[in-house]
Amino acid sequence: MPQETKLDLAFHCPMPIAATDSILLGHGSGGRMSANLLRDILLPALQNPVLNRLDDQAIVDVGGSRIAFTTDSFVVKPLFFPGGDIGTLAVNGTVNDLAMGGAQPLFLSLALILEEGLPFDTLRRVLESIRVAAAIAGVTVVTGDTKVVEKGSGDGLFVNTSGIGLVSSALQLSADQARPGDRVLLSGTIGDHGITILSQRDGLEFESAIASDTAALHTLVFAMLRASSEIRCLRDPTRGGVSSSLNEIAAKARVGIELDEQAIPIREEVQGACEMLGLDPLYVANEGKLLAIVAPTAAERILEAMQLHPLGRNARIIGTVSDAHPAMVTLRTRLRTSRIVDLLSGDQLPRIC
Amino acid sequence: MKYLDEYRDGKIARGIVAELTRRAARPWVLMEICGGQTHTLMRYGIDEMLPAGIELVHGPGCPVCVTSLETIDKAIAIASRPDVTLISFGDMLRVPGSHSDLFQVKAQGGDVRIVYSPTEAVKFAGANPGRKVVFFAVGFETTAPANAMAVWQAKRQGVTNFSLLASHVLVPPAMRALLSSGRNRVQGFIGPGHVCTVMGYHEYDELALEFHVPIVVGGFEPLDLLEAILMLVTQLEEGRAEVENQYVRSVTYQGNLHARKILAEVFEVCDRKWRGIGAIPKSGLSLRQEYAEFDADRLFGTAAITAEEPAECISAEVLQGLKKPTDCSAFGTRCTPENPLGAPMVSSEGACAAYYRYRRFAAAAKASD
Repeated sequence: MPQETKLDLAFHCPMPIAATDSILLGHGSGGRMSANLLRDILLPALQNPVLNRLDDQAIVDVGGSRIAFTTDSFVVKPLFFPGGDIGTLAVNGTVNDLAMGGAQPLFLSLALILEEGLPFDTLRRVLESIRVAAAIAGVTVVTGDTKVVEKGSGDGLFVNTSGIGLVSSALQLSADQARPGDRVLLSGTIGDHGITILSQRDGLEFESAIASDTAALHTLVFAMLRASSEIRCLRDPTRGGVSSSLNEIAAKARVGIELDEQAIPIREEVQGACEMLGLDPLYVANEGKLLAIVAPTAAERILEAMQLHPLGRNARIIGTVSDAHPAMVTLRTRLRTSRIVDLLSGDQLPRIC
Repeated sequence: MKYLDEYRDGKIARGIVAELTRRAARPWVLMEICGGQTHTLMRYGIDEMLPAGIELVHGPGCPVCVTSLETIDKAIAIASRPDVTLISFGDMLRVPGSHSDLFQVKAQGGDVRIVYSPTEAVKFAGANPGRKVVFFAVGFETTAPANAMAVWQAKRQGVTNFSLLASHVLVPPAMRALLSSGRNRVQGFIGPGHVCTVMGYHEYDELALEFHVPIVVGGFEPLDLLEAILMLVTQLEEGRAEVENQYVRSVTYQGNLHARKILAEVFEVCDRKWRGIGAIPKSGLSLRQEYAEFDADRLFGTAAITAEEPAECISAEVLQGLKKPTDCSAFGTRCTPENPLGAPMVSSEGACAAYYRYRRFAAAAKASD
């Protein structure tokens, strides 16, 4: 006789724990916890028609001009990494938020929160990066602020930039413009930035030849707009990755988005690191890539224009907008089966084994 | 990518499925042991490809899911102390204990860190002699050798501020418990490839013989799993019940002898409580007496912490294959990865979480039919 156990009686499960009443790191992940924070805490307090659109930038009319306005804070650790540093991110990130509205980026503000003890040398290096990145992007830093916090109250340096740009009057790029039949374009390989940062983190260091993809994307956007005006919406898939940006679009436009796994470009080093750490590259951050939802008839033309631009050389059509499964992103796997690409709850965590 | 794409080839996959369809004359219920295998099955939609009669039941091999509630509570109690740095594998931080989780402890100022290798924690302890450094050692036979190595190194190097909160679990006793259950439906097992890389598969002969059940040690890529399923169905159709090895590129009969040696040096077998299952005799590993000075449970006086796990969800039925995650009325509504009701929703490798993440739309489609 096999040994008897109390198995049938002993299957139990825990009660749920109460929802959190304070901020957790996951609220900054760009996933579902971030979305809930916006929905439950921020929007009820501040809502208005412009803010409620929740695009990467606000577009407002001022004296007959259409102004794009955005802000972003940067809290990266380590401050310096292969391919860039917190300064290049702070310029390119805000420029890209403007660019995703089709704006010509013009002016930036720069606010620095400095931790007691930060070496001047570090600050000088970051400022030099900011100067170079602004020059490359063709934007000017016209105002700023500095604050100092006690040692232990910051991670050396936090940076905030806000940006202003001008939008042509004809342009209407917004997530709710996506409609069934549209194509999904991606400007290049995914996960480069996130894996670069991860490879530099304490306790997880691994050697790799990957560098952050941080870059200003507005000239790529203009090249695309010159090829066709039939672009519905643009997103730069930063934190939360391609999956979070596409889930946002699918939810806003009440459409389904079907991706083709084999069409999504990814570097071998990035895929290898993701396999090793148990991460899905679709959720890993990018800092120099864009997603475009475009009309089907214009897709090939826009793709060609992207591939002729240095920042779009590896661009691909990676999916289609559909009317099946509204508000859901799905993926056609290489085995020709289908699965959901869900909005993650919080950050992806390296798994045990 | 080389060594990966070969195991994800759609054409070969369809070839194996065609062969499976030809060989499977009767319906069969199979269980994959590992959470990693469940994850691959869902991520690639392999269960969608299988002939209708082949049913997959998702086993208890998700280390995050089965770590007992009281062990999580102990980790939380230890991590809340101001003199402690608790170091853990990443996915343990989100697991809810009775009242909190490690992320919340961190938010309240607790020093909780993530590493990829436990020996990093020993290094950290050596560099920070003023901190009491505790490594949260969970997992199956797969993670146990590296944790044993960390303790062994700490002892050799005289790192006295390092300790282990150990809650390792073992696969064969859990399979025995499942097979002994009066309601068992599982007719064949895909054995745990990573566990067997360490332990070999000699331990499984006894189970195959005693319960007349075929066991095929399988890998974690789509083609590994399809091939393992084909090998199991072939055995079942021929009336055989043997232990076979599909994952030959990693697993040998005797396993990794160095890893087994360090395991035996540092750990001994003990009874263990499994979250969602209950107590299983001789199903865990704890530190040997010679290493008692590294036992965090003893050092921090948490041995007395116990936690009741009130019956709330249907994980019992899910883990035995009596129900699918989508059969649960709480699935995706009251029970989600953000607010898990039960063990299989806790980690991405738990069966319910894998269904939630990858297959909720199949349920939605069914509902709208």
